[in-house]
Amino acid sequence: MKSQTEKILAKYKGGGRDSLIPLLQEVQEAEGYISRERVKEIGELLNLPTGKIYGVATFYNQFRFSAQGKYHIQVCRGTACHVKGSANVLQALESEIGIEAGNTDRDGLFSLEVVACIGACGLAPVISVNGRFHAGVTPEEIPEIIESYRKEFGGAE
Amino acid sequence: MFEIEANNRTIKAEKGDTILAALKRAGINVPTLCHMEGLPPSGACRICVVEVEGKGLIPSCSFPASEGMKIKTNSPKCIQARKTIIELLLANHPDDCLYCVRNLNCQLQTLAEEYGIRERRLTAKREEHTVDLTSPAIVRDQSKCILCGKCVRVCEEIQNVSAIDFAGRGSKTVISTAFDENLNVSSCINCGQCILVCPTGALREKSYIKEVRAALSDPEKHVVIQHAPAISVTIAEEFGAPSGTDADGMLVTALKRMGFDRVFDTSFSADLTIMEEASELVHRITNGGKLPMMTSCSPGWIKYVEQFYPEMREHLSTCKSPQQMLGAVIKSYYAKRNGIKPENIFSVSVMPCTAKKFEIQRPGMGRNNIFDVDAVLSTRELARLVRMYGIEFNNLPVSYADNPFGERTTAGKLFGASGGVMEAAVRTAHFLITGKEMDDLKLEATRGLDGIKEAKLDIGGKTVGIAVVNGVGNAAKLLDQIKDGRDDLVFIEVMTCPGGCVAGGGQPLGTDNAKIRARLGALYAIDENEEVRVSHGNTEIKRLYDEFLGEPLGHESHRLLHTSYVDRDEVLK
Repeated sequence: MKSQTEKILAKYKGGGRDSLIPLLQEVQEAEGYISRERVKEIGELLNLPTGKIYGVATFYNQFRFSAQGKYHIQVCRGTACHVKGSANVLQALESEIGIEAGNTDRDGLFSLEVVACIGACGLAPVISVNGRFHAGVTPEEIPEIIESYRKEFGGAE
Repeated sequence: MFEIEANNRTIKAEKGDTILAALKRAGINVPTLCHMEGLPPSGACRICVVEVEGKGLIPSCSFPASEGMKIKTNSPKCIQARKTIIELLLANHPDDCLYCVRNLNCQLQTLAEEYGIRERRLTAKREEHTVDLTSPAIVRDQSKCILCGKCVRVCEEIQNVSAIDFAGRGSKTVISTAFDENLNVSSCINCGQCILVCPTGALREKSYIKEVRAALSDPEKHVVIQHAPAISVTIAEEFGAPSGTDADGMLVTALKRMGFDRVFDTSFSADLTIMEEASELVHRITNGGKLPMMTSCSPGWIKYVEQFYPEMREHLSTCKSPQQMLGAVIKSYYAKRNGIKPENIFSVSVMPCTAKKFEIQRPGMGRNNIFDVDAVLSTRELARLVRMYGIEFNNLPVSYADNPFGERTTAGKLFGASGGVMEAAVRTAHFLITGKEMDDLKLEATRGLDGIKEAKLDIGGKTVGIAVVNGVGNAAKLLDQIKDGRDDLVFIEVMTCPGGCVAGGGQPLGTDNAKIRARLGALYAIDENEEVRVSHGNTEIKRLYDEFLGEPLGHESHRLLHTSYVDRDEVLK
């Protein structure tokens, strides 16, 4: 993992501040998230303060600062899903897992991400867990869905 | 030069003027919130809109004036637009002006008053924010932030620190440190320039008024106070006097009437600093020590070096700042001489600086678990305390600071000005090297508001390169040059704030270049008009060395007056 990141960082050596976003994207692609250590390294590489990098990265929804959970849940908040009540679905997920969107729970099992549209409007409101779609979900079903993954993870161990 | 029309009046504008600049010169005021003197416009707040014929509403701070332009600054459209902006800013602003540190001194409050906002017409959801009380110097209350961005700009563009920046987007935007950490573990150097530019109460100094009042009313405590060189030339502004008024004697009287047992002058220990620092410089020159030596009086600058140039730490003088030197001799020499236990002394300082609040709790700034300085008040806090205690500042008689730390030379007083430490140090170093006083004590080259001032001096037939930096952001250029091998400099003075301590982060709000010049002028007038202008001419300093310290750089000096610096990797974690 590290060596791949090293390669990425080496590629941008001598780059200016315009290299920041592609660099952040590649690091996240390689490591799944952007750690504090990487922000510091990127800062040293591009001669940018960490506060500035954090500011840029938080402007975009795509960047995350904690590792993804074993189960990465994407909640579609596109127009169709919104109309079909995805706000309540998100709220139910947040309270069931006990984290806000953009974070990972303490035991690293679940992480939650809000996405704009995952191109499955016919299934609205839709969530995706590690690429597995749950169509037409209601807030009432959320505890059950989460529990099923907890069981699945428990069984795998 | 060309003409434009403003409010049916013909006014002159210069090439390169923004509309705002041309209007200002003609005496037409337009309100601003995000505009900053000397920096390119950001055009963020839109409160400065004016109506330009054929163009409609235009933000005057960022639009160039052009020939024949017809401008209205107070048309119904302008007033309505500004009013709406204020109402929108107020929509999620906490209605707690009565409890706010900026009550009666807030740009948002003033605008709301001037534009006759009499009801909350718009209500927005208020974001919940925790007040960040973690820093020993600066308190941040996001709920009062209007996102003008001035703190971000001063931190980045003037100070080159970038401890804070905009984070998030849209209605979720906040001013944040890296990873939304608390300020005490961020790269903030505590300079407080952000407080000076904040239009609201979102940024303020950590107040120690309560602690000082508690000590004053505690019969067990012997409460002493020291005031920094830059305080006497700014405190009167808080009571309506014009900038550049020196109120030294009134300041001392006010402090005595407030109940401080002794009033000492930090300019005394500035003289002491010079004795140590000039000796250290001469020692480094004659013994092949690390050069150029850099001054160490400005705690923001110290943290800046520790964080961003750790490899240059050895260039810093090991001298403590005047505040800490006086703190140390108060709780040792003074305590012993007067038979008071150090733990029963409550030592206060009035400083133009918020970083001084940070400095008192640095490692090594005390002995046996007793702090050398217990509380630091800014100029603003002192003014608040004077009012609270019902003291009519403007009618006070003059009195003098107390011995044994009351006598000062004008060299010590110059510490309040950018270039002043250099001037004072050169005067004494010259004496130490040649045994003679300089023909002309005034060092013109180190005065003024340029970011970096350099000069070559002739001391005893030797050419000595010196540099003076104000505004810590300017120091980076010089440090980089030295890292790249530049070796013609021997001594560098750096003051964290632009202009020096007269414009420190603890000084009166509304500090601008005109005021800074007036305050500097007051310090130079003192230097011009008094007899003793060299630190080694201070008789109380001589006595302190004779009775207690021994000699500069001696054993006791090292124990009490010198310090060391630390690794600061944690700030970026």
